[in-house]
Amino acid sequence: MSNVFRAEGLGKTYPGVRANDDVSFAVEAGEIHALLGENGAGKSTLVKMIYGLVRPDEGRMALLGTPYAPHDPRAARAAGVAMVFQHFSLFDALTVAENIALGMENPPPRAELARRIAELSQGYGLPLNPARRIAALSAGERQRVEILRCLLQNPRLLIMDEPTSVLTPQEAEILFATLRQLAEAGTAILYISHKLEEIRSHCDRATILRQGKVVGTVDPRAHSARELAAMMVGAEMRLVDRSGRKPGAPVLEVRGLSTADGEGVALKDIALSLRTGEILGIGGVAGNGQEELLSALSGETATTPGTVLLEGRDLSAAGPEARRRAGLLAAPEDRLGHAAVPEFSLAENTLLTAGTRQGLIRKGLIDRKAATAFAQQVIRAFDVRTPGPGTAAGALSGGNLQKFVIGREVLGRPRALVVNQPTWGVDAGAAAAIRQALLDLAAQGAGLIVNSQDLDELLELSDRFCALNQGRLSAPRPTEGLTVEEIGLMLGGAHGMEVAHVPA
Amino acid sequence: MFRLEPRTSAPLVWQVATPVLAVLATMIVGGALFAAMGFDPLAAIRTIFWDPLFGPAAGYSRPQLLVKAGPLILIACGLALGFRAGIWNIGAEGQYIIGAICGAAVALTAYPLDAFWIFPAMILAGALGGWAWGMVPALLRNWFGASEILVSLMLVYVAQKIAAWMAFGPMKNPEGFNFPGSRNLQQYDAASNPELIANSGLHWGGVAAVLALAATWFVMSRHVLGFHIRTAGAAPRAARFAGVRPERLVALCLGVSGALAGLAGLFEVAGPAGQITESFGSGYGFTAIIVAFLGRLHPLGILLAGLLMALTYIGGELAQMMLNLPAATVQVFQGMLLFFLLGFDILTRYRIRRRA
Amino acid sequence: MMIDPLSVFILLLGAATPILFAGLGELVVERAGVLNLGVEGMMIGGALAGFAVAHASGSTALGFLAAAIAGAALSMIFAVLTQFLLSNQVATGLALTLFGLGLTAMFGKPYEGMKAPAMMPGPLGLNWMIWLGIALVPLVWWFLARAQPGLILRAVGENHDAAHGLGYPVRRVRILAIGFGGALAGMGGAYISIATVLQWTEGMTAGAGWIALAIVVFAQWNPWGVLAGAWLFGGVTVLQLRLQAAGVAVPVQLLSMAPYLATIIVLVLISARQKFGRSGGAAAPGSLGRPFHALR
Repeated sequence: MSNVFRAEGLGKTYPGVRANDDVSFAVEAGEIHALLGENGAGKSTLVKMIYGLVRPDEGRMALLGTPYAPHDPRAARAAGVAMVFQHFSLFDALTVAENIALGMENPPPRAELARRIAELSQGYGLPLNPARRIAALSAGERQRVEILRCLLQNPRLLIMDEPTSVLTPQEAEILFATLRQLAEAGTAILYISHKLEEIRSHCDRATILRQGKVVGTVDPRAHSARELAAMMVGAEMRLVDRSGRKPGAPVLEVRGLSTADGEGVALKDIALSLRTGEILGIGGVAGNGQEELLSALSGETATTPGTVLLEGRDLSAAGPEARRRAGLLAAPEDRLGHAAVPEFSLAENTLLTAGTRQGLIRKGLIDRKAATAFAQQVIRAFDVRTPGPGTAAGALSGGNLQKFVIGREVLGRPRALVVNQPTWGVDAGAAAAIRQALLDLAAQGAGLIVNSQDLDELLELSDRFCALNQGRLSAPRPTEGLTVEEIGLMLGGAHGMEVAHVPA
Repeated sequence: MFRLEPRTSAPLVWQVATPVLAVLATMIVGGALFAAMGFDPLAAIRTIFWDPLFGPAAGYSRPQLLVKAGPLILIACGLALGFRAGIWNIGAEGQYIIGAICGAAVALTAYPLDAFWIFPAMILAGALGGWAWGMVPALLRNWFGASEILVSLMLVYVAQKIAAWMAFGPMKNPEGFNFPGSRNLQQYDAASNPELIANSGLHWGGVAAVLALAATWFVMSRHVLGFHIRTAGAAPRAARFAGVRPERLVALCLGVSGALAGLAGLFEVAGPAGQITESFGSGYGFTAIIVAFLGRLHPLGILLAGLLMALTYIGGELAQMMLNLPAATVQVFQGMLLFFLLGFDILTRYRIRRRA
Repeated sequence: MMIDPLSVFILLLGAATPILFAGLGELVVERAGVLNLGVEGMMIGGALAGFAVAHASGSTALGFLAAAIAGAALSMIFAVLTQFLLSNQVATGLALTLFGLGLTAMFGKPYEGMKAPAMMPGPLGLNWMIWLGIALVPLVWWFLARAQPGLILRAVGENHDAAHGLGYPVRRVRILAIGFGGALAGMGGAYISIATVLQWTEGMTAGAGWIALAIVVFAQWNPWGVLAGAWLFGGVTVLQLRLQAAGVAVPVQLLSMAPYLATIIVLVLISARQKFGRSGGAAAPGSLGRPFHALR
């Protein structure tokens, strides 16, 4: 086999971070090559260098045996490199055809382009209507647009950045079928992920990154998920302690909760009953109502009377402050700009949610000393690595800020806590600490709702599991004994997507 | 080549230094402009920035400093609240005019009655008028989502037309020999806003400005309301999460800044201006925007920036008299100053590094 | 009172032209994701530069060319501040307006009281700037909807991070758009001094730039909507002037509020439709007003 792409000694330094250090690896024709590493290991910097978005400080790259140093993404595309982004690089207000034209060097006239899109999408079993607007497409369909945009250029190297994070397990299977078909036609595929199981079952080789360095290139099928994880994290994974929880009386009741059509997804007739000491896991692909559910429970969006009850008290008409006073707390997924204000210090950020519960704001007056002391308390209790309470929230790493945000709510002694994506974009150490904190909180008698895209996390944490799909919540099922297959079906299966079929 | 690196928080040094740098840069470029126009740049700069305070005619011009700075500071305090929250009231000029008209209406209705309540009633009317004029864009934004920037600005033109109508019609001085313009309130003791200390330039507007500064400081740094305002400006979703109702903030910020601008107008019409004329608005409402930014939306900064802007007004007039400089020089200076300030502001938000 | 519809329509076309030019320019700027509130400042700059050059050369064509250059030059101050120094677009646009008004007041003094040269008449008795303005509408529409550079411009305005990710020069596209918007605003301003008022007076644009900004919202970022908005505005203006001339029993000052009040009403109606409407209509470009900075 021949090398399609080779990197030798690539390095990149950002202020205070050595993002990549002496990275060397090669991708061969016809293989699906995984790039494995936890958050912050340097995967995205590496692919940005390959795609011409970032220039390496040192090292060399070669494509098809010739030196390769793309000046910008257009140069990368011209050389035969294509990329599907994790956060889609699509334009919501534009049509499928316009989006694809934007990703091509010399797009043909619209009619010709539409014909080619239809042709190719049928060939790969990825049906798409070129005239539709992106805003009207599902996550899986959007990804198809990205993939088709790449395929129209006959790439030699196709980079996929965490492509399955927005897909249900069934949709992911369809994607892998397409990728395998492409690989067999000779395309080299660089597949970036931190999901061990899918890499073990679908990738030919895996290069593992840790703290910006290559740990090694291995055959993922020859190793267990545990071994791969150990290579990725550099230590044995810490197991969480699930003991000591006794589900008790219902603490939070949600009945017939619906929200109006607006931006995002409308919630449709949500009902759930959360008990003390219990963790209810809600799974679902992002954009199916997770943020809307948190907003409706936290009080950010108005709810109709009789829909949200905490310990029998109707809180539907109450705003966020009143709900917090009653003991219903929440931690949104977006750390920068929702759960915390990046420009504000950690001390000031305590005022966002802990103002009245911790006595930091009394009769409208802010007690700065108390705020600083409480921030210090959170920092100590949750091992937040930061110079101190005066540091701006935006200066913290994702994991540390997430520990702070979760810690701020946990120390508020909630009766019920709603958490969205607790470990999204967080390194393994912080993720384990956060999960343990949530389990401990439940063991102390609080009820928890955890919304997450990470199914493994939900299986690890929750007592009962339900799925949120297009604003509807399924009936809960005990987590014990649930298989990934069953969960996938609860999440909406393949959303009616057609299975990729080999062209005749 | 240089490279920008975002900072997570703005260092205090640069927050203080950038306005100073902007003033210096304006002086340098302004001087060059004067030289290009055939004036002696040093003389012009000295006439504008030094002579009003320490020159031969300082005795006359020094009190003017407070006369001009009072309304600027009063208006800028209100604007700063809104700007912090990302609510853009740029129609303070209109609220200023309407405040003056409402206050004057009370006085002109009461004329020639001599009663202690007239001046307080005028203050109330001025504040209410400005408040109402500010609430129009607030309500239109809250109810319909109309841009408060455009609505508040359009209302400036409407207010100017109303002032002209008043001067020619309902408020025209019946003893004014048919000249446009209302009675002069300076000659109506119960309604006038006199100088409180002889030759100081201080009138009730100055007192109100000081009170407004103190109140702004208290709200912004000690009260939860100020925290909510800052949060709404920095991260609107975090503000909603904290329990802030955006509509209330819009109504509050536009209402308060309207009321303060209305007060400024009232004190002006009852004091230095004396009457409602066709061109009552004198641009204070727009200059106050510059004062708010130059003062970094902070009370202490607004105080200093207000005094500086007042200085350029007086210095500009002086330069017009002494050097025959065009009257619009001050406007150009103010515009340039804002440009430089916005440009230098990058130093507070980014670290500039040389690219390796 | 007699109001002859045809003559009113011809006057309307004239009254609408400055807004049409400035509105089309700002539309392109906003479609690129930039909010330039300095339209008024660039218009007044164009009004003075256009008048001065037309007066000195006797050629109105040269005057409009100079106005375009002046408007574009002023817009470059905004471009440098917002695109390189990443300043706040609202504040910078405001500064541009204040600066433009001051600058023209300073340099315009000598031109007060002078008369503009006559416009060259075009087909159907309408001057050629009216025709150019109308012709620009389909051109801008075609550029945005059909041409590849227009598609790139829309992509930059819709999602600048994604456009950058695909390798498009976000900053360069935006600077070009800002320059185009400045040139059109300058020409629109010059139309007021050269073709409508026929002389230069301080602050003569009298809010036309702000009205143009409102018209862009009214148009929902569609060139044909800008044409409709400009004509609507022109209609209100002409009607109001006709009523003044006819001597109706309403004070002149109150009648002359009409364009501003009409702008507010139109703005409210269209905002309400966007807020409550089922179909909704087109939303603002996704990246409008947001600064762009890429780490490399």
